[in-house]
Amino acid sequence: MQKITREQLIQKASELLENGTVSAVLGWGIGEFDYDVTPTVFSTVEELRNGFVFNDFCGANFSKYLVKKTDKIEGKILVFLKPCDTYSFNQLLTEHRFDREKVYAVGIPCEGMADIAKVKAISGDGIAAIGSNGDKLTVTTLYADEPVVIAANDVLAERCINCKSKKHVAYDELMGEEGEVIESNRFDEVARLEAMTADERFAFWQNELSRCIRCNACRDACPACTCEKCVFDNPNSGVENKSPANEFEEKLFHIIRAYHVAGRCTDCGECSRVCPQNIPLHLLNRKFIKDMNDFYGEYQAGAEVGSRAPLVDYTTEDLEPGEVFDRRENNA
Amino acid sequence: MRKCSLEKINLLFKEIAKNAELYLPQDQTDGSAAYKKWEEGSVWSNALNTVRSPKDFFFPQTEDLMAFKTEGKNIEVIDTRKALDDFVIFGVRACDVKSFDILDRVFLSEPVDSFYALRRSHGVIISLACSKPSETCFCKTFGINPAEPTGDISAWKTETDIFFESNTQKGKELLEKLSALTEECDDTAVVDQKAKIDAIMQKLPLKDLKTDAFGGGKTGELFNAPEWDELSEACLGCGTCTFVCPTCQCYDIKDFNTGNGVIRFRCWDSCMYSDFTKMAHGNNRLTQKERFRQRFMHKLVYYPENNDGLFSCVGCGRCLVKCPISMNIVKVMKKIGGKKGE
Amino acid sequence: MQVNEYKPLIVAFCCNWCSYAGADLAGNNRLAYPADVKIIRVPCSCRVNPMFILRAFQRGADGVIICGCHPGDCHYTSGNYFTRRRMAALFSMLDFLGIEKERTRVEWVSAAEGAKFAATMNDFVATVTALGENKRLEDLRCKK
Repeated sequence: MQKITREQLIQKASELLENGTVSAVLGWGIGEFDYDVTPTVFSTVEELRNGFVFNDFCGANFSKYLVKKTDKIEGKILVFLKPCDTYSFNQLLTEHRFDREKVYAVGIPCEGMADIAKVKAISGDGIAAIGSNGDKLTVTTLYADEPVVIAANDVLAERCINCKSKKHVAYDELMGEEGEVIESNRFDEVARLEAMTADERFAFWQNELSRCIRCNACRDACPACTCEKCVFDNPNSGVENKSPANEFEEKLFHIIRAYHVAGRCTDCGECSRVCPQNIPLHLLNRKFIKDMNDFYGEYQAGAEVGSRAPLVDYTTEDLEPGEVFDRRENNA
Repeated sequence: MRKCSLEKINLLFKEIAKNAELYLPQDQTDGSAAYKKWEEGSVWSNALNTVRSPKDFFFPQTEDLMAFKTEGKNIEVIDTRKALDDFVIFGVRACDVKSFDILDRVFLSEPVDSFYALRRSHGVIISLACSKPSETCFCKTFGINPAEPTGDISAWKTETDIFFESNTQKGKELLEKLSALTEECDDTAVVDQKAKIDAIMQKLPLKDLKTDAFGGGKTGELFNAPEWDELSEACLGCGTCTFVCPTCQCYDIKDFNTGNGVIRFRCWDSCMYSDFTKMAHGNNRLTQKERFRQRFMHKLVYYPENNDGLFSCVGCGRCLVKCPISMNIVKVMKKIGGKKGE
Repeated sequence: MQVNEYKPLIVAFCCNWCSYAGADLAGNNRLAYPADVKIIRVPCSCRVNPMFILRAFQRGADGVIICGCHPGDCHYTSGNYFTRRRMAALFSMLDFLGIEKERTRVEWVSAAEGAKFAATMNDFVATVTALGENKRLEDLRCKK
């Protein structure tokens, strides 16, 4: 389903490695199966040939890796960025989290990534191979006699269904065609929850958050979470907890996590992708984004380097915290 | 061997739940399964396994150990342990049953962990054979046969019936209580299913994974292997693998100040975390590579060294499914084990 | 006969320059407001981290109110403008999670507004009393 192929990317990376533009390549490493892809640093053309992969399961956002990798590597590192990744890339630059001079960014088009859980829900478990052919995935399993053919659109990851932009906002070089910012319906689910009663919303989140195992994957994968020491890891903070001892701690963690990236969150959706318990964490982030668009004007984090996020800005005419609710009731 | 028609399965659950709390995998709203208490109307999940392992039953994620109350210069120590009733865990897969053995060796060897021992003594395990293992399963590598699950009672589910065989006194007593709903039968159907499972096991992609390169005494050889750098490179340092793992058993003990006293509790810890085993002098594993290495060395070298060669992995595949960056024990074993791991 | 009347616990974060002085003035003028309001003095209303608010609830608060200088009058020029944005976002999020929106409030009280301080507190206590105990952001361990 991707328009750009593994071979094209390997060729591009090989060229840049060989002509000395970059000394390493941050890309997707092949896994045991056709869907378990690991972010990997490649240093030679041979490594690329043997281990580089690009398919419908390359969802990981590489931007955050640049914070650590640019420190380690001599020369430039090549990074392949999907449109959504470029927003995180810019946001990290805005926050001076890595040296732009040490990165060679290649924008690549993305047709949306697949969610393996959705694939399995259709094909059944026991996947032997997944092939891609146009807009179809062909899934061979251990249990079905015939391969199952699935429309790629039916197994799109949630964040890709509501893709906000196919446009790259940062790159040194672009492969394929540039896309456009998309009018997405990404706030619909937030609006649906807002329309519920407080009791219903409470029950909804109680159910979702009760599954949290506090693995911190949402935080650790988040390109906006780059504090050197997180308050939740600091034994002296008084809130450091390795497990949610009760419902309060579940809420505390998730409110503060979302709040801390409010205004900086580009809505890349990594938090929900990595959650082992399928908690729709992106809804918390989107709530903040929606509110801030609503209260202070449209703002897209990462759209440009150096922009001022709503929570580090103000006007003298801002609305009062108490007016937030009246406003919603009037709008409804 | 006794059998019960699947049509009557809810009656069977009801019967078990009369005498003891019954827990079984049930579907959650997100589509995944979790062990939940059976209540009238509960539906047994068809999922191969739960996201969280059943180790929670014996070693819960958080558990109060004691509490203190201070008044003036007096400190009152409160025992927070409560009496426990028997409970039944239904539908535990062979890999997870084996994980209890691994936990037992840690918690039931001297000094015995009384919290764990209490729970363990009250739990009755009804295991279930896996008729449809996933591509992520590699229990066979660790000598586990998904067609022959152990536990107090073993069970096999076919299209129409569920078959039971007791393995322990506890299991025998429970099966006797269920005699009105089950009938004596021969093992033809079960033998047939075992053969089918064996055939599937030959087709699993990870069937040839070997442990030869690992085991006690390999610390010197493997600790400084150059592959650790590459393997740990993408690790985010989250605790997903450790928290879904049925055999990870590290915990932290912490005090919670309630404002009018202190609760001392323990909670799961993860070697992936930056403050894991932090001591007065600071932290003894400063990089993610060291923390990453600790997890796999523990499972594949340190644990077997102390436990007669038994590996502390059961091949359930949870970490393969859940790791955000798809780095896992299989990839480690293949890379570090080199040719021997293939 | 003793009546077991529910009395909420209110935490009021008051900025040092205006609202804390306003509370002082209320006291000097012998204006009554319930003793269930526990004042925590902060250098500026924007010193209040969202974590403070959540932890106040954890430790037994039934309502949290933040008082600062009137917009434009901040001792640090712009502190309360940030408070205004931050709290708008936070309160909206708490509401999104189904936590009663009446339990949190921001009020601007100057050093001269002792009467407003007392009236605000009386009103807030009455609102929270009507809501009853904080159940949705409670930590049972702290209530034993």
